[in-house]
Amino acid sequence: MRDITIGQYYPGNSVLHRLDPRTKFVGTLMFIISIFIFHTIPGYAVATVFLGAMILLSGIPFRLIVKGLKAVLVIMLITVVFNIFLTPGEVLWQWKILKVTKEGLILAGKMAIRLIYLVTGSSLMTLTTTPNQLTDGLEDLMAPLNRIRIPVHEIALMMSIALRFIPILMEETDKIMKAQLARGADFESGSIIRKAKNMIPLLVPLFISAFRRANDLAMAMEARCYHGGSRTQMKPLRYTRLDLAAYLILIIYLAIAILFRIFGI
Amino acid sequence: MSIELQHVSFIYSPGTAYELHALKDISFTVHDGEFIGIIGHTGSGKSTLIQHLNALIRPTKGKVLYNGEDIWEENYDRRALRSQVGLVFQYPEHQLFENTVLEDVCFGPLNQGLSKEEAEERAKKALASVGFREDHYGKSPFELSGGQKKRAAIAGVLAMDPKILVLDEPTAGLDPKGRDEILDQVRALQEERGIAVLVVSHSMEDMARYAGRLIVMDHGAVAFDDVPGNVFAHYEELEKMGLAAPQLTYVMQTLRANGLMVDPAADTVEKARDSILAVLKAERQGVV
Repeated sequence: MRDITIGQYYPGNSVLHRLDPRTKFVGTLMFIISIFIFHTIPGYAVATVFLGAMILLSGIPFRLIVKGLKAVLVIMLITVVFNIFLTPGEVLWQWKILKVTKEGLILAGKMAIRLIYLVTGSSLMTLTTTPNQLTDGLEDLMAPLNRIRIPVHEIALMMSIALRFIPILMEETDKIMKAQLARGADFESGSIIRKAKNMIPLLVPLFISAFRRANDLAMAMEARCYHGGSRTQMKPLRYTRLDLAAYLILIIYLAIAILFRIFGI
Repeated sequence: MSIELQHVSFIYSPGTAYELHALKDISFTVHDGEFIGIIGHTGSGKSTLIQHLNALIRPTKGKVLYNGEDIWEENYDRRALRSQVGLVFQYPEHQLFENTVLEDVCFGPLNQGLSKEEAEERAKKALASVGFREDHYGKSPFELSGGQKKRAAIAGVLAMDPKILVLDEPTAGLDPKGRDEILDQVRALQEERGIAVLVVSHSMEDMARYAGRLIVMDHGAVAFDDVPGNVFAHYEELEKMGLAAPQLTYVMQTLRANGLMVDPAADTVEKARDSILAVLKAERQGVV
C-alpha cells in the first residue's frame, strides 16, 4: 500500500527545495522540452549532466529516484517494443512478420532515454515541492487563464484538496482492511469475481467515510465564509535571487539545446 | 490459551525519511481470563502493539507465540488465529458495511465457515450480550447512534467466539453512562466466557475499576506491568509520561503526606474508604 509513492514529497532544505515552485515548474517544462529538442548523443550527454547535477543538488537519495521509475516500467517496455518492431527501415533481423530495423533500435533507445528523463525530471519537482506549494505555483502561473473565464482558483483548490486526501484515504483503507481482516475477511485468494465480491466490506466503509469527510470539509469551509473568487494568500509566493540564478541557468541550458539542434550536433 | 510476546520491536517505513521506531523490545504474556488495561499517551505505541496480537502487523524483530506456537511460522493459519484473538478497532465506522446490523454481525461467523443459521444464532447471542436492542437488529448500521454502533462493532467480533478479546478505546466518544455500560458488559463477558480481555484506554479511573493488571506504554516501551495499585504508586513517573494516576491516588497520597498512614495502593473508592476508616479507628483506640 505504502509503495505507491511516486514523487511523494521528500523533506529537505536543499537549493531545489528552497526554489520558488513556479521556477521549478517552468524549469521542469524547459527540461522536458530540451529532451525532445536534443537528438544526438552529445545532446543527451548535456541533458544527462544537467539532470545529474539537479539530482545531486536536491540531496535526494538516488535509490528513491530509481524506485520511482519502476512504476513506469511497463509503459516504457511497451513503447520500446513497439518502436523496435514497427519502425520501417534497414532490416537487421526477421522472423515471419516480426522484423527489427536499425532505425527502430535507435528510435527505441531515444524513446527510452526520453521517457526515463521525463519521469525523473518531473518527479524531481514533486519530490522537492510540497503539494501545497505546487498548487500555489500552478495557480499563479495559470492566472492569465482567468481572463477567458477558466476558474483557475477553483481548479487549484480542487487539486490541493485531492492531493491532501490521498494519504488520508490510503490510511483509511489500511485501517478498514485491518478491521475486516480481524473479522476473518479474505482479500487475497479466490477467482477475480470472488475477489471483487470480497472487496465490498472494504469499499462500502471507504466510500461512506469519503463522503462524510467531503461533507465535513465543505461545512467547515462554509462556516468560515469561503465563497471562492479572489483571495489573498497566507504565504504569497516571492521570487528570490536564487530563482533569478535558476532562470538564468535554465535559459542558457535551453539555448544550448536549441543551438545543438540548429547546428545538428 | 495464552499469547506471549518475546522481545517484539516494530519500525514503520524502515530506511526512509519517515522511519519510526514504534515498539522497542516488548515482552509480556497474556493468560487465560485476565482483564488487562493498556494505557499510554497518544503515540506511545498502544495501537501498534495490539495489532501484533492477531497477526495484522509482523514484528520487525522478536516473536509472537499463541499457545506456544510462533504465529509467523511459514504454514501457520493466521486467519484461524484472528477468530481466536478478536480485535475491535476504535472506530466502528471502519467495519460496519452490511444492510442490517444482524447481517453485519454475521460477517465474522460466516467467514469462519459456519452455516447461515448458526451464524445468525451466534450473532443474536453476541448482540444480546453487549446489550444491543433487539428491535434494532434489522436497522441499517449507519442509522445507529455512536454507542449503538460501538456495540454492533464489538458484537461483530464477539460473534466469532474469540478466546481473547482486544478492544481499542471502546469508550472513546461515549457519555459516562454508555461508557460504564460497555465496560460492565465486557467484564460480564470476561467472567461468563472465561476469556481474556485487553482494553486500550486513556482513563486511569476506568482501568482502576475494571483491570486486574495494567500495562503502561511510554515511547514504544513497556514502562510498568503490574496490578493497578502498584502502578499508581508511581504517580510521579506517570505524570512525566503525560499520564495521571486516578484522583483517588492523589487523595490517599495527600493523606499520607499529612500523617494519616492509609494504604496508598487502594485503587477503588470502597478500598480507600475501608483503609481510611481502619486507620482512623486505630488512631482513636490509640488515643483512648
